[in-house]
Amino acid sequence: MCATCGCDSHSSPTIRVSGESQSHDHSHDHGHSHSHTKTVVEVEKDVLHENNLLAQRNRGYFEAKKILALNLVSSPGSGKTSLLEKTLIDCKDEFQFYVIEGDQQTTRDADRIHATGTKVAQINTGKGCHLDAHMILHALQSMKPKENSVFFIENVGNLVCPAMFDLGEQERVVIISVTEGDDKPIKYPDMFHSSTLCIINKTDLLPYVPFSMDKVKEYARQVNPTLEFIEVSCTSGEGLDRWYQWLKEKTKVPAEA
Amino acid sequence: MHELSLVMSILQIAEREAEKHDAKQIEEIELEIGELSGVDRPAFDFAWEQAIRSTKLEKAQRHIHDISGEARCLECDKEFAIHQLFDPCPHCGNHFVEIRKGKEFRVKSLVVS
Ligand SMILES: Nc1nc2c(ncn2[C@@H]2O[C@H](COP(=O)(O)OP(=O)(O)OP(=O)(O)O)[C@@H](O)[C@H]2O)c(=O)[nH]1
Ligand SMILES: [Mg+2]
Ligand SMILES: [Zn+2]
Repeated sequence: MCATCGCDSHSSPTIRVSGESQSHDHSHDHGHSHSHTKTVVEVEKDVLHENNLLAQRNRGYFEAKKILALNLVSSPGSGKTSLLEKTLIDCKDEFQFYVIEGDQQTTRDADRIHATGTKVAQINTGKGCHLDAHMILHALQSMKPKENSVFFIENVGNLVCPAMFDLGEQERVVIISVTEGDDKPIKYPDMFHSSTLCIINKTDLLPYVPFSMDKVKEYARQVNPTLEFIEVSCTSGEGLDRWYQWLKEKTKVPAEA
Repeated sequence: MHELSLVMSILQIAEREAEKHDAKQIEEIELEIGELSGVDRPAFDFAWEQAIRSTKLEKAQRHIHDISGEARCLECDKEFAIHQLFDPCPHCGNHFVEIRKGKEFRVKSLVVS
């Protein structure tokens, strides 16, 4: 049993596949259980109570070590891994980086990160469509990130499911690419509501797609009036300096809880 | 489909409570689901059916309290019903609002035996 969180697994990053049903082989004797007295139990517990506790723990760990932890969320293919690859290479002299890659099946993204020389942990969620705080806790145990580092968590490509799961990150960064359409913020409001920074990627493709920069921001501000925006192209490199500047500012001031 | 892991969390909470009370069966479960909680009800119901099979919740009667969204405008200070995260204040059109109700997603009570 894991001493940190009481789970049954060992400290490998691929700990538990949430979403896969557990087996219940204990027998039920529904037929003659009526002799028992009924008890009303006032539970009053958040369904995500367990996840939120572990997320708080992760957050405490990051804060104590002055680590900037960022949860990158987007629909599949918006450019999370591309943004990381650029960042890890361009800023390798300025920051110590760590990356967790959440992916349903493959190690493709982790391999791409590994190729940049960055320490990376892969979490395969199987059928699970999001990372949870428990998985991050175990990945942290095996990665042991150093103080004052920047810790990226690339969530599973999905604009819906990861929204409800706090991982203990300081900031949630939602990435949207111009090929997805400018109405995404109101179609997937939960994700934009819970993020603090929105990166608009693939601006090199703007001449070819109907996408209004003003409209996407207007929609996003309806959901989250304080959301910040950075426009980039991972392919041409345009705008990336603003993102690097944002990282620098966030690491200068210790993140507030 | 994160609703499956939500049901698994409910199951875990319920089974732990049942164990604490030495109960063989959960007869009723009462949930609160807010309008703005991010839970997709059809997906949740589908996941529920799948996940409770051969568990202590299998025979349980499920009661769901829907909680309507309520917000307060940070500009004009008025309270109003909010149904979507992007709904503006109906009085002044502002989007800076504080959500006071509707984010809930809780296990409220159980009846065990
Ligand atoms: N034109 C253009 N293509 C880009 C840009 N950024 C990423 N891409 C391409 O978009 C595709 C998806 O990029 P990824 O970085 O793998 O996206 P991801 O969000 O990590 O995808 P998943 O992990 O599968 O969700 C790749 O073919 C990239 O080369 C960009 O700025 N411009
Ligand atoms: Mg990726
Ligand atoms: Zn108002």
